[in-house]
Amino acid sequence: MEKRNLTCIVCPMGCALTVELEEGKVLSVSGNTCPRGEKYAQEECTHPTRVLTSTIRVADGVLPVVPVKTAAPIPKELLFEAMAALRELTVPAPVAIGDVICPDLCGTGIALLATSSVEKKEPDA
Amino acid sequence: MKKLDLVIIGGGPAGMAAAVAAYEKGVRNLLILDREPQLGGILEQCIHNGFGLHRFKEELTGPEYAARFAEKVAEYGIPCLLNTMVLDLETESDGTKIVTAVSPQEGYLKLNARAVILAMGCRERPRGALNIAGTRPAGIYTAGAAQKFVNIKGQMPGKRVVILGSGDIGLIMARRMTLEGAKVEAVCELMPYSGGLTRNIVQCLADFGIPLKLSHTVVQIHGKERVEAVTIAAVGPDRRPIPGTEEKIPCDTLLLSVGLIPENELSRQAGVEMDPVTGGAVVDENRQTSIPGVFACGNVLHVHDLVDYVSEEAEIAGKQAAAYLDGCRMDAEMFPVSGKDGVRYVVPQRIRKGAAPFALYFRVGDVYRDVRIVVECGGKTLVSRIKKKVAPGEMETLPLKAEQVSQIDGLVTVRLEQKGAE
Repeated sequence: MEKRNLTCIVCPMGCALTVELEEGKVLSVSGNTCPRGEKYAQEECTHPTRVLTSTIRVADGVLPVVPVKTAAPIPKELLFEAMAALRELTVPAPVAIGDVICPDLCGTGIALLATSSVEKKEPDA
Repeated sequence: MKKLDLVIIGGGPAGMAAAVAAYEKGVRNLLILDREPQLGGILEQCIHNGFGLHRFKEELTGPEYAARFAEKVAEYGIPCLLNTMVLDLETESDGTKIVTAVSPQEGYLKLNARAVILAMGCRERPRGALNIAGTRPAGIYTAGAAQKFVNIKGQMPGKRVVILGSGDIGLIMARRMTLEGAKVEAVCELMPYSGGLTRNIVQCLADFGIPLKLSHTVVQIHGKERVEAVTIAAVGPDRRPIPGTEEKIPCDTLLLSVGLIPENELSRQAGVEMDPVTGGAVVDENRQTSIPGVFACGNVLHVHDLVDYVSEEAEIAGKQAAAYLDGCRMDAEMFPVSGKDGVRYVVPQRIRKGAAPFALYFRVGDVYRDVRIVVECGGKTLVSRIKKKVAPGEMETLPLKAEQVSQIDGLVTVRLEQKGAE
């Protein structure tokens, strides 16, 4: 049996959770002061996910990069693989907030979206 | 001189929300001034998510949160003068305000305003405020400066990083630099608790195995041209380094996330009465400062941890500025508000006699568990609430109902009744 210690992030209480696991299955959660803590521990120990936010390069934009996010949380273990994929991406300006930069990031089926707009740079006269 | 009803200084979340609220209350002759080339303020570089959970019930990134308000500003056609730095604010004897600013498109500019909203935000505490011994090499940045390099300029400031201070920007940058391939060796926090939000400690440090060294500080910076290492040490309860606990960590970058200071040079010049604890103006429940017709909101008033509350506060300032312009005078008798027994500050600092229902915003000075927050006036308890945990990093709010507000007839105190400090 494996024991894991987590800090619950559902509310500012920050309960110190202890999770007992066996073969990847949650046997018990203790230390939580409300049911949301148990749900958080379950998800964190079985399939932790995160929304990835980063930037990608923009060609001919007024700024060199545009911020992006995954449209939904992706598996936590894919964060670095996704970052490597982002480094290979360049989008041409203009970019508008909400633009789909990549429809399926790293085979997750989850899209990568622009979270800000970057206008096209005026060519030097 | 151009005559305006309302000038809003700062186009970040506070300035935009204040302008939108004032417009919705009928103010049409208004102008937003901002020194950056776009609206949004610091949110433009805060590309992480988690903004707007309270207000929009969804997790937005900083630029997305800013865009919601910028779209409203555009929809209403509220004029903005960008790339514009306000240099001076003064009040004429008849009460009108003169705002002096410079911008590349307008040059030197004087505006005449009947009311002004201060929404200039805050600045980071720099190295100079810390007295860290050692050389002065390149590679020392505030966390927010590093955030701008990475997220706006697309440049990494270093590869091997130590972060001093566990404020939210430092925590966010620990994750950001790690994702971009840097190695973050440690986050050192002088206090025995972090000043950051719990979710940031978990998702920015624990997720990546970055050690959070509580009760630790940087005692020396090494390197001639570029940072080569820092020496950290544990500190005792007196916050002084404990000899023999020093540890030298090789690194090329030191990021500082050691607090934020409201940017109030203008307010001071204008003669606004300041609160030495918040570093912002003293205001009443309408967010009016000691100068009639001058309002303040957002991080220039007191540093917030959630932008949702900045927007909420700015809307109060915007609405009340509109009421002031409609001829509503806010010069009723004032009752002071103060914090004690663990409550470090309370905003607003004053309440007008006959005030409408409002909320108290306050911060505690230490981590406390199982406390009762008590709001009293003249020996009467107006409201009390039990909290399982309060911490300096999380601002508390306590709304007062009409029947509670109506009982205010003197000094209001907010205090903690505690079972034990951690």
